[in-house]
Amino acid sequence: MSVLVLAECANGKLKKNAFEAAAFASGLAAQTGADLVAVVLGSASADDLASLGKAGVARVLHASDSRLDRMTSTSYTKALQSAADAAGASIIVLSHSSVGKTIAPRIAVRRNMTLVPGVSALPENGTFRKSMFSGKAWGDLKPEGDQLVITVNPNTTSFTLGDGVATVESLAVELSDSDFDYKVKEVVNESAGMTPLPEAELVVSAGRGMKGPENWGIIEELAGELGATTACSRPVADIGWRPHHEHVGQTGIAIKPNLYIAIGISGAIQHLAGVNQSKCIVVINKDPEAPFFKAADYGIVGDAFEVVPKLTEAVRKLKNS
Amino acid sequence: MKILVCISKVPDTTAKISFTDNNTKFNEDKVQFIINPYDEWYALVRALELKEGAGGTVTIVNAGPADNEQIIRKGLALGADDAIRIDMQANDAFQVAAEIAAVAKEGSYDLILCGKETIDYNGGVFGGLLAEMLSMPYVSLASKLDLQENSLLLEREIEGEKEVIEVAMPCVVSAQKGMAEARIPNMRGILASKSKPVAVITPSGTTARVPVASFSLPPEKGACKMVDADQAEELIRLLHEEAKVI
Repeated sequence: MSVLVLAECANGKLKKNAFEAAAFASGLAAQTGADLVAVVLGSASADDLASLGKAGVARVLHASDSRLDRMTSTSYTKALQSAADAAGASIIVLSHSSVGKTIAPRIAVRRNMTLVPGVSALPENGTFRKSMFSGKAWGDLKPEGDQLVITVNPNTTSFTLGDGVATVESLAVELSDSDFDYKVKEVVNESAGMTPLPEAELVVSAGRGMKGPENWGIIEELAGELGATTACSRPVADIGWRPHHEHVGQTGIAIKPNLYIAIGISGAIQHLAGVNQSKCIVVINKDPEAPFFKAADYGIVGDAFEVVPKLTEAVRKLKNS
Repeated sequence: MKILVCISKVPDTTAKISFTDNNTKFNEDKVQFIINPYDEWYALVRALELKEGAGGTVTIVNAGPADNEQIIRKGLALGADDAIRIDMQANDAFQVAAEIAAVAKEGSYDLILCGKETIDYNGGVFGGLLAEMLSMPYVSLASKLDLQENSLLLEREIEGEKEVIEVAMPCVVSAQKGMAEARIPNMRGILASKSKPVAVITPSGTTARVPVASFSLPPEKGACKMVDADQAEELIRLLHEEAKVI
């Protein structure tokens, strides 16, 4: 019996969510007395693979076929199926990322396991806690049976890394063209050098209060100084001031960074639904009645054009101190 | 081209969230229900655009009790041709996917669309369950969908990247922002919707595997600490020393 975790790679490097999912799986394995095995799909360096030991993984299965560098739903499911067989997995853990959301349901159906999506913590008495109603409530899920596929919400579980080293075995996965359900013809990088929004720990977001797209320079400067990712409210994406992939909120991307700074965003309920799980929320708005202040930890009532450059300067000083 | 669009009924985005029956049931009192925005604004509207461009039919499917007729009629008013309601209480994505898979097999659709997740359960796995049950390709999180001769050209927005994807039909696609613009039904559509067929079918009886045992509300947020605009740098000190987030 074992717990198998899919540790995701991007561009040959393990992602942060790989360690997060592995640490969660490690906690789960400890609860049940099961072995912990990780599987890595596609190109990855030997050092990277062994480093999963830091999250408590003893054994890593590596399917190094470079056609697995990028996910397609059926090729990854087939590879994960091979790994689950090799590991004798009774529980499979994935991140609730674009990969996990796609593969977890397929593998659950294929292996007739119960799928528990988007959990936020290790189970207590067999019950998993999950955020529901766009962060406005918790649901406690009681899955049927003990054969489970679990996806872990990114940036919600706290984990510490040790200094273990995992042993690596290669995993043979026979892939033919028909194992790829679609063809990825092109990949466009939209991150502009920033951490992608769903993974970002620090986010600086702005809205209509900025008055026009030409005024985003001060937002980008603050984000740049903090090492944060930029985001925006829906109206701003809809009128084309900012790209759609920056839109956070109920119908855009839901995020839960450690710090969310909202500048010139009033805080409509749909916007809050996408950001209310952030650990710390800062609101800067010239309207003291802006509803966002009710959901904030810190607030400044003031003109963004005066306040934001001061913040950038203060961050610069902090970094140099 | 035959398109099936899976829609879910969810509380309106501004609904007050509370629970009854010892926190085991969502409190529906005074709550407006809508079609899940990802299912409606993006999946259904794009399906209608494809039909308007290339011909074919758009069928709506929903798993739910008779009350769901109201949101099904809204979908028909937007322009869907007909609808299927599986008469049941939907308790988890697995149960709903199993019932809809049976319907989808009957209808031999070229394209099955759904939203990337519902705004109540936030599971995000329905499309993948359905695709596997139907042994079909699955493109999740699609932000653009165009019809080619015998295939679809899609864009998929994921963490910091956009993938351009070509997939053969039949297939399952989950939709997110970007795929289409929300529409409002016009008077003609609303009138026409009243006479469009809604088939009510009996479910096979698949049961939920991940029922919600109980709900709870997150603790109230403490008061917002205000910092004077003239001392903005104080905020950075607080974030560093007190909140410890930078």
